[in-house]
Amino acid sequence: MKLILTVNGEIHEVESIWEGESLMHVLRERLALPGAKNACEQGECGSCSVMLDEVLVCSCLVLARQAQERSVVTVEGLAPPDDVGVVQQAFIETGAVQCGFCTPGFIMATEDLLRRSPAPDDAEIREALAGNLCRCTGYEKILDAVRLASARLGAMG
Amino acid sequence: MVRRQGPRRRILPLLEATLQPRDLADALAARGAHPTALPLAGGTDLMVEINFDRRRPERILDLSRIAELAGWDREGDELVIGAGVTHARLEGEMGGLAPGLGMAARTIGSPQIRNRGTIGGNIATSSPAGDALPPLVAAGARVELASATASRSVPISEFCTGPKRNVMAPDELITAVRVPVAQGPQQFAKVGPRNAMVIAVCSLSVHLDAVARTVRTAIGSAAPTIVRATEAEAFMEGVLDERGAWERPGPLPASALARFGELVAAAARPIDDVRGSAAYRRHALAVLGRRTLSWCWQEHRA
Repeated sequence: MKLILTVNGEIHEVESIWEGESLMHVLRERLALPGAKNACEQGECGSCSVMLDEVLVCSCLVLARQAQERSVVTVEGLAPPDDVGVVQQAFIETGAVQCGFCTPGFIMATEDLLRRSPAPDDAEIREALAGNLCRCTGYEKILDAVRLASARLGAMG
Repeated sequence: MVRRQGPRRRILPLLEATLQPRDLADALAARGAHPTALPLAGGTDLMVEINFDRRRPERILDLSRIAELAGWDREGDELVIGAGVTHARLEGEMGGLAPGLGMAARTIGSPQIRNRGTIGGNIATSSPAGDALPPLVAAGARVELASATASRSVPISEFCTGPKRNVMAPDELITAVRVPVAQGPQQFAKVGPRNAMVIAVCSLSVHLDAVARTVRTAIGSAAPTIVRATEAEAFMEGVLDERGAWERPGPLPASALARFGELVAAAARPIDDVRGSAAYRRHALAVLGRRTLSWCWQEHRA
């Protein structure tokens, strides 16, 4: 059976999938969207985070079939090609991106946080990002990035 | 010459088409017709097993589209929480109605996990480390089970029979859990190496019922199932009655809190495993007992 889903505003039809396949696998291997990273495949690292019907999820733990006729947003969908959004720009400027592998997951989790809570305090930021692992930055620069993005989005109203 | 061989790989069969019922009646019919199909809701446990080839069910029964399972409501003195309600919703919506359950939900995984994992999945998985289970046991919740032909209600304390084992029949699904509305302070505390993303080393729920004047406890991750510390409960109820503390809530003596903690620890049947030793779990439970009860009592006095 065909898998039909919307990804970044575009309807995709995937001709055939393995029934046990994860949404992450479909995004990366069938739709050529490698933003969601494949690391732990057990929900521990957050690097495959995407929005599923506007809810932050680990795409490795979503059965692809569960995304049938639903809407997915990946990091590729946050800004037009060759552009970046406010959160992405804040990560670049603060040095929150080192090797970059965890970055898409952190960006998605930050987007989710700032939508729910535009001016989070540090405890809130830490709790919101608790499901994302970074092995390079030591997290301080990532916290800086979230604070900067929050301030800029606030200033933009 | 000895030829080296890699580990023998199992040749796993392909899965049959996934069943995706849109309502409960269809889901129960599908469950009855395909009892070997694996019920899947949030996928936070089962997708890991599928991703790692630890489990290859013949079929998957996707429960994520069933509106009847996705909500909760209050019926008199009870909350009826649909099996598909996520931990994120429990965290945000239980408030004063079932504060212990809300606190426990907040300790589960990460936002991503809490957005997907469901209370029904936590119950059905029946892990002694399932964090939603201790507050349900302490509250005296009941699990609502249904098949295409019948339904029944089982006390949560009788539902889980061992690690990852329960009384659910192959044609049944969990539809809801009935939780008495809190009648006093509730606390949940959990020990692990971090404040997030942790499978409990051990955990404890303590509920005070200021109307029935009872103390209820439930220990997680330190026995084959969730267990109550009934001696600790009886001891503390005795202390509170003797002191007339329900009417005149004064401070509790440190010795009584310490004894309560010891009795909590004594009720556990922990093992040594990768997450911690039995001795550490007992020690930690005594601390959690003392702490959670004193937090509850402070709240009751306030």
